Amino acid sequence: MSTAYEIVTDTTLTYHQQFINLAKLGENTDTTLPYNPEFLKAKEAGMICDLFEGALPFRPRYILPDYSILMKNGSKFLQLDPPKDIWEATSALMIMYRHVPSVSSFPVFLGNLDELLDPFIVDEQEATKAIGLFLLHIDRVLCDSFVHADIGPKDTKAGRIILKETLRLQTAVPNMTVRYDSELTSDEFGALCAEVMLSTAKPSFANHKMFSAEFGEKNYGLASCYNGLRLAGGGYTLPRLRLANIAKEATSIDHFKNVLLPKYVDLMTEFMDLRIRFMVEDSAFFKSNFLVKEGFIKQENFVGMFGLVGLAECVNTLMGIEDKKKGYGNNKNADDLGEEIIAHLDHLVSLHKAPYSENSADRYWLHAQVGIERDGLDSSPGARIPIGSEPEIHKQIAHSGRFHKYFPTGIGDIFRFEETWKNTPESLLDIIKGAMNAGMRYFSAYCENNDVVRVTGYLVKRSELEKLDRKEAVLNGATVLGQGSRDMAHALDRKVTK
Amino acid sequence: MLFAPVNRIIPFSNVDGPGNRMAIFLQSCPFQCWYCHNPETINMCIHCGICVPGCPSKALAMTHGKVHWDESLCEQCDSCIKICPHLASPKILTMSSDEVIDKLSEVSSFVRGITVSGGECMMHPEFLEELFGKVKALNMTSLIDSNGFVRFEDYPRLMDVCDGVMLDVKATDPKFHQQLAKHDNASVMDNLRYLLSVNKLTEVRIVCLPRFDEQNRKTIEDVVSIVKDQARIKLIRYRPYGVRKEGLDILGSASLDEELFLEYRRYAQSLGAGEVVSV
Ligand code: SF4
Ligand code: SF4
Repeated sequence: MSTAYEIVTDTTLTYHQQFINLAKLGENTDTTLPYNPEFLKAKEAGMICDLFEGALPFRPRYILPDYSILMKNGSKFLQLDPPKDIWEATSALMIMYRHVPSVSSFPVFLGNLDELLDPFIVDEQEATKAIGLFLLHIDRVLCDSFVHADIGPKDTKAGRIILKETLRLQTAVPNMTVRYDSELTSDEFGALCAEVMLSTAKPSFANHKMFSAEFGEKNYGLASCYNGLRLAGGGYTLPRLRLANIAKEATSIDHFKNVLLPKYVDLMTEFMDLRIRFMVEDSAFFKSNFLVKEGFIKQENFVGMFGLVGLAECVNTLMGIEDKKKGYGNNKNADDLGEEIIAHLDHLVSLHKAPYSENSADRYWLHAQVGIERDGLDSSPGARIPIGSEPEIHKQIAHSGRFHKYFPTGIGDIFRFEETWKNTPESLLDIIKGAMNAGMRYFSAYCENNDVVRVTGYLVKRSELEKLDRKEAVLNGATVLGQGSRDMAHALDRKVTK
Repeated sequence: MLFAPVNRIIPFSNVDGPGNRMAIFLQSCPFQCWYCHNPETINMCIHCGICVPGCPSKALAMTHGKVHWDESLCEQCDSCIKICPHLASPKILTMSSDEVIDKLSEVSSFVRGITVSGGECMMHPEFLEELFGKVKALNMTSLIDSNGFVRFEDYPRLMDVCDGVMLDVKATDPKFHQQLAKHDNASVMDNLRYLLSVNKLTEVRIVCLPRFDEQNRKTIEDVVSIVKDQARIKLIRYRPYGVRKEGLDILGSASLDEELFLEYRRYAQSLGAGEVVSV
């Protein structure tokens, strides 16, 4: 962590980025929460990571307000009446976004935009202008790649306008997901989404059937990278087990599974319990925030996210596999062990009764964390196959299908396509349909030469990366993360489908 | 069960017909076009062994007078096909229709069917008939990508199980076709009319060449006058990649001028063509 002096003299940070870093520095001087020394040791040793959430959680990590309440009732705290036309609707949303906290202090969920805006579309030309300005505002003011909007599953006028304007603007923010179900989403709308995705790396496709079965059809949203969370709720906290490092400590597969995993699961769940209890019982958030008071969110809809990274390297280490191309993702025995580990982990986590998780079966839900830039090459995101060792795309999809079911709060794969696919979005849609049928939860793609590219779960602009390389400040706070992942984890070198 | 020499299979292809398809390339072709992009598909390997020592990963070996290719050792560096003086490849698998269907099953939830190309896949019509019957049983579609050398009307049972043909018309001027492809085009023109009449003409493909403006225009005129708006016309811009020396000497090492290419597209449209795509 940088010192205050380092932060305020860093010319690559904007004012707002300095401000957030200074606040984090302040938070971390607090010593109220009695973290278990064993936990701190495990963190120090790189076995568990708290993702720099801060010492004193004063709000949940991810919040997914139910913005339909704003459309219906307005907001007393924000002094807003229910909007009557497209200008009032987009304006009300922009106002409210400013007041939705998160770990990055930007709102990580902007709502199901097409559902919210469709009732206000009267004149298409006017609506296009309003939505265009709305999206521009989001990119320039909510300048963080973890700001995320959803569309779909139904084909709507608003959805089409959002896609058209997304294509025109070519921005990294907001990140975007279409909730896709081949039975609810028209082929035309699906192909349009695929076409826009190939040009701007968004929207990604979420398996609506799968999420609906877990959360209820109208009760979930995709936030931040690809985090599936309950609408009018969210995620309290997200620490992660660093499986690649834990495997290095193991003397055998049995030792890993039956001694080390239980030990670290205990340490991490205890850590999560402590933070969640503090958030709910002591911090002001659930007592006084207008989001709670006006019903935009309900405490019982929040869940603790149990993260993990580096399954691929974990499995390869446990099996003594050195050549990544012959290991996890390319080797049935390695994949079997991978699934065995995840199933076992899921079981261990399910045995722990999680506090304040009323609508989540009183347990923590698994999340395949995408990694952070400093993880480097020794730890692949979540349960992904290492970059550079991906098998043919259909095999990679089948592999994903085995693992995605374990991770309701987020997992996904990214595929890079050659330029010619831009001419045939319906072909890409064929692949996506097959992927969803194979049990894939979340599918992202982009084209080789785009300006907007997907790093691990979020988007950055190559042109902004170049600015940062020249040591100039850039608007989007996530660009620096993208720079790190590009340089240290080769995150932009994934296999291309021709 | 019938077998055919397979040059390669691309599990996902977006360029060989509607939607995502598995593309199968069969070996050998009776033509030898100037601009062939994969000349290693033209002839069957004669097992001369010349390519064997050039393989950097020891994936090739001569046993009992035949070249043997070990797929698991191959790094796909393509040295062997560059070395081969016979326009062939040692990396050919003889596959049964069932083996091809097995490959299809791996990707069946991602594709709408198969497209068989080459080489010239119509060198193996009985194999195609058997294969397509099995594809149909899986509720998927089969397309043929052909140079029109073999007469389709001689294979009515194949036509029953084939969902469409994408036909190359390399030139409508018989003399020019003879020079360009080392074969005349009588059967190609007959096939064009026949496929149209039985409603199996999915697409006509015309490669537009540099230095042969008149021939390009003539082919477009003749094809449009026969096909009218009844099938998609795909104009393909000449690109020098993979073309062997003979072709480069005649056509040059630059792609066809983009402006001119777009002009051809407008020309086809002005003659009354239906859908015209240019790639
Ligand atoms: S492509 Fe040919 S030369 Fe290269 S490794 Fe394979 S068999 Fe050997
Ligand atoms: S591929 Fe060519 S060089 Fe190799 S054995 Fe066959 S004909 Fe000879």
